[in-house]
Amino acid sequence: MVSNQQPIASSNPPPKLAVWKFTSCDGCQLSLLDCEDELLSLAAQVDIAYFLEASSEVKEGPFDISLVEGSITTPADEERILEVRRQSRFLISIGACATAGGIQALRNFADVQEFTDVVYAHPEYIATLKESTPISGRVAVDFELQGCPINKHQLLEVISAFLHRRAPQVANHSVCIDCKLRGNVCIWVAHGTPCMGPVTHAGCGAICPSYNRGCYACYGPKENPNTESLCHWWDEKLNVENTLIVENLRNFNPLAPSFKVQSEDRQEDGER
Amino acid sequence: MADRSKTIKVDYLARVEGEGALHIDYDDSGVQNVQLKIFEPPRFFEALLRGRDYLEAPDITARICGICPVAYQMSAVHAMENALNLKPGGALRMLRRLLYCGEWIESHMLHISMLHAPDFLGYPNAVAMAKDHPEIVKNALEIKKAGNALVRLIGGREVHPINVRVGGFYKVPEARELTALVAQLEMARDLTERLVRWSAALPFPSYEWRRDNHYEFVALTHPSEYPMNEGRITSSAGLNISAQDYENHFEEEHVAHSTALHCTLRERGAYLVGPIARYNLNRDKLSPRALQLAEEINFTAPCLNPFQSILVRSLEVLHAFEEALHIIDRYQPPAEPHLKTEPRTASGCAATEAPRGLLYHRYDIDEKGKITTAKIVAPTSQNQKTIEDDLRLMLPSFMHFPEDKLQGLCERAIRNYDPCISCSTHFLQLHLNYGQVQSKQSMVTGKPGQPPAR
Ligand code: SF4
Ligand code: SF4
Repeated sequence: MVSNQQPIASSNPPPKLAVWKFTSCDGCQLSLLDCEDELLSLAAQVDIAYFLEASSEVKEGPFDISLVEGSITTPADEERILEVRRQSRFLISIGACATAGGIQALRNFADVQEFTDVVYAHPEYIATLKESTPISGRVAVDFELQGCPINKHQLLEVISAFLHRRAPQVANHSVCIDCKLRGNVCIWVAHGTPCMGPVTHAGCGAICPSYNRGCYACYGPKENPNTESLCHWWDEKLNVENTLIVENLRNFNPLAPSFKVQSEDRQEDGER
Repeated sequence: MADRSKTIKVDYLARVEGEGALHIDYDDSGVQNVQLKIFEPPRFFEALLRGRDYLEAPDITARICGICPVAYQMSAVHAMENALNLKPGGALRMLRRLLYCGEWIESHMLHISMLHAPDFLGYPNAVAMAKDHPEIVKNALEIKKAGNALVRLIGGREVHPINVRVGGFYKVPEARELTALVAQLEMARDLTERLVRWSAALPFPSYEWRRDNHYEFVALTHPSEYPMNEGRITSSAGLNISAQDYENHFEEEHVAHSTALHCTLRERGAYLVGPIARYNLNRDKLSPRALQLAEEINFTAPCLNPFQSILVRSLEVLHAFEEALHIIDRYQPPAEPHLKTEPRTASGCAATEAPRGLLYHRYDIDEKGKITTAKIVAPTSQNQKTIEDDLRLMLPSFMHFPEDKLQGLCERAIRNYDPCISCSTHFLQLHLNYGQVQSKQSMVTGKPGQPPAR
């Protein structure tokens, strides 16, 4: 996707950035607004053409870069994402909702009608899809940035990489490596605390182990994780109940393939 | 008549969190119909929490909202503790207040600087405003950063903190980690004093239309503190109940035009939660500098002008800084980061003051600590009816305005509430119908080439 054509950063007029929201909590967009030190300088380099959370000024597409937050859960959004793709030169999906379905994808393992009945007095008013689908399940995506929420420094790196037409430098190793780099004592080895760090994508800076708790995998799977082995260890050596293992695979990134497959295996084991 | 019949159509109301629309029908005889339509896709939290572990409630409910995750975490842990009969006191209680101060600062400053202030000065966004008023935007960002620093230290990160646990925290900070923040907090507090004076001088629209139609203000009240985590649920019309009694007095209704449930007070209908309600019911408990400054600028209670919510928010930010500094000054780390928690079959509920107002959670858990039922009532669903009433009452006084100005005022009246639609569900569409005949005139942002409105 990144070739050695003209960097779009130097284009005149400045490149147009759009930020789109689908089903989500707004936390990933907020990470952009949380760039207090960088926001105004970013705004000087790009034309923030569409960002409803932050601006009532709306410019027409097409857009050079679209950041897409959230998953697809309604019939209207199935249509809207196609239009966003048509209008966008590069489409970057941001966050666990957009890359792995988000917490709302727990419906994919359940009966959405029953969910609606539990929450709403008039389920007939609710238009929702049976499944929550990541953006890549609907349209081609140029880059996926994981995390619930994403890390703002990684986001700035990805935007800047696309502006300069180079590959984004986003590490795809595990939280464990970051934990070592941070100089933490391993909470699993030292205290027997179950931790998803070995299979989880880096980016948060290994926060949970630094706060004495096990990683619950909010950044989703790292590249090529050995999830099966990890679950085996939780089960055999740490005596973690099967339901808790399934819960850790199925929280914010339930549709990430390595988590999904493993959770289904475990669920079946549990039922057997 | 035909020449006066028109439709104002705005494809989206920006600078709010979440997705919704507004539909207003009016003609010469008055306003016929006002619907604040919240169509943020449902996320089914109350359903998907069932079967999950009680310790997961603060991590999962935080994902209801990226702007105020701490509020969800605080209400969740308090409700679970209410079920388990635990009462973290002393330093743990103070640390939770400190974390909440951080979120009030972050969230209020986001709203003040990025979403609300541009309304008063006539800009589409903070970036454009920064070109002409760089000091205002830069100072606001500095203030917000100090709030972020607090949340990051105590919670682990600014959005979706990881350190909140039923019974307390996973890890508590050392005193020196907190005192390292003091200089930044003091600097930000001083900037906030300037922000309060600046917001007091903004041109506020009048509120005559509300004079005979009083709001019922609802907020927590605590005997000695400006309310955050604890207190009784009180109102300007004399309500005074414990959180346990919430569901006996407040009810939720599902209307066709909204995926957020509408709340009413059983006896009396619409009510208002949020900064103005908190301030009106608790002004005397503001921190000394905040109270003194309120006196100095002659800002008394009750505040009845919803457009002044920006001023109340800045006073609350000042309060939060003073409170934070006060807590840090007295902080001694607790012996244990959290109380011991043992699940058992039980039910519990709690209400806390999210930046946007009262937030209620109730849970039932089984003997293994698995959640069997969950109920969550977000501030924005409680305010929906009051927002609709504001529009209904306000419009007749401003009918003489040109259409674009009128529609701008409606959007502002909604933004006063800082509606957090993500909490229930993303953007607002505004349709103003004048009479029956609709023309194709697209007044503001309904530009071609945009993805279809929802
Ligand atoms: S990925 Fe997480 S932080 Fe981002 S929008 Fe979804 S729920 Fe919010
Ligand atoms: S859960 Fe894991 S990935 Fe998420 S913040 Fe904690 S350590 Fe990082």
